Amino acid sequence: MQPSGGVALDLKGVRRVFENRLAVIENLHLAVEAGEFLAILGPSGCGKSTLLRLIARLAEPDAGSIHIEPETQFQTAFVFQDAHLLPWRTVLDNAALPLELMGVARDERHGRARTALEQVSLLEAADRYPAQLSGGMRMRASLARALVTNPRLLLLDEPFAALDEITRFRLDTQLRELWRQRGMTVIFVTHSISEAAFLANRAVVLARRQGRIKLDRRLELPAERGNELRTSPELGREMRLLLAAMEEE
Amino acid sequence: MKRLQQAIPALIPLVVVTAAAEFAVRQGLVRAYLVPAPSSVLQAMIESRQELLSALLTTSLSALLGFLLSTVAGTTIAVFLASSRAIQRAFYPYAVFFQTVPIIAIAPLLVIWFGYGTRTVVASAFVVSIFPVIANTLSGILSTDPALRDLFRLYGASTPVTLFKLRFPAALPQILTGLRVASGLAVIGAIVGEFIGGQGLGSVVDIARTQQRVDKVFAAVLLASVLGLTLFGLINLISYLTLRRWHASEQ
Repeated sequence: MQPSGGVALDLKGVRRVFENRLAVIENLHLAVEAGEFLAILGPSGCGKSTLLRLIARLAEPDAGSIHIEPETQFQTAFVFQDAHLLPWRTVLDNAALPLELMGVARDERHGRARTALEQVSLLEAADRYPAQLSGGMRMRASLARALVTNPRLLLLDEPFAALDEITRFRLDTQLRELWRQRGMTVIFVTHSISEAAFLANRAVVLARRQGRIKLDRRLELPAERGNELRTSPELGREMRLLLAAMEEE
Repeated sequence: MKRLQQAIPALIPLVVVTAAAEFAVRQGLVRAYLVPAPSSVLQAMIESRQELLSALLTTSLSALLGFLLSTVAGTTIAVFLASSRAIQRAFYPYAVFFQTVPIIAIAPLLVIWFGYGTRTVVASAFVVSIFPVIANTLSGILSTDPALRDLFRLYGASTPVTLFKLRFPAALPQILTGLRVASGLAVIGAIVGEFIGGQGLGSVVDIARTQQRVDKVFAAVLLASVLGLTLFGLINLISYLTLRRWHASEQ
């Protein structure tokens, strides 16, 4: 497998209105560098998930443009709020699903799915069904499914929100490690200030209305991040800045 | 052994009611020409076993055929209805309307169209059992997890691929619920068809009635219930085999 490398992203004047609703996102400008780990923070209903769906081309903007450079087919992967596995398939077949849909032959996709499962430390559960897994393992399987195509852009929509804290800490560390190995561009939507600060290199705070950017900050934290960072003064300082931006109206 | 223990609570009322019926008829509390003693139903069954078994076989085949037809046609129609909201709005009301037409009223029509015999019986079983298949399949297909639909779109899956790899399997628990209901209805439909179109247990019931053979009527009705239960059990078995590893209803 080739290391993927990230893509750069440029959103200009993006607007997205839903039927019978106020504009969720209005005139949003956001540029993301290739290989960046960007956390998007904001209260519920501020349009974070909509933004991810726009970037994934699962929805079209009503105005403005979204440019991805370089753009190739199947370069984007999406991790949802819950694992959303297919319950009738084994973990291995779930992880191999994207390749199957892309038309990759069975042997090759199983080989690549095993590699992806190994990367999230879930290979031993390859033959089990989702109903036989814990919440954390399910999320790992979901992560493996996203990584199996070697995406250049990984979009995550509050993926670990439903997990217990220790499991979340482990998955945070694992995700950050995977990002460092692969150099892909990661956009991580969350409402957890501590998670955003711990994971990302850059954090964007959205306002409750219209997806206005209240803060766009490059985090001053070391590249190597272990659990000791979680209680460090540096992380505390970044969290205070993010919190202040979240609370300001 | 454990299964046997679980079955005991259900057997107790059966034994009690059977014994009570036997007692009531023998003591003359109930007239035997209205309700036969269980022992005489059993006797009728043994005496007419040849006739009853061949009738059971005929009814089984017709009910099964009608049921299979409504399974295939019902799921196909549901897929068609699910393909667009406009199509659904245009046709679903008629599917509902179709269901409200009483089978007993249209059975004579079926005879006019298909003549006396198997075709009418199968058509009757089909007409009665198709609606639950359509309704359950449609609601199963339409309630596919939107996140998973997004996932399939993200990797460029076509509509047929999404249908067979996502929507159908996801709807399977609901489809099986529809089939369970349909299996019972198919037996009812077949018997009604046989009342009018001749053949099978329905015809045995009809003829025994004119002969005042209440015991034989009961014997035939009992066999019809056994048939319904067998079909129901078959669907449950299929349901267990396909869903046990992933669906809460079979775990």
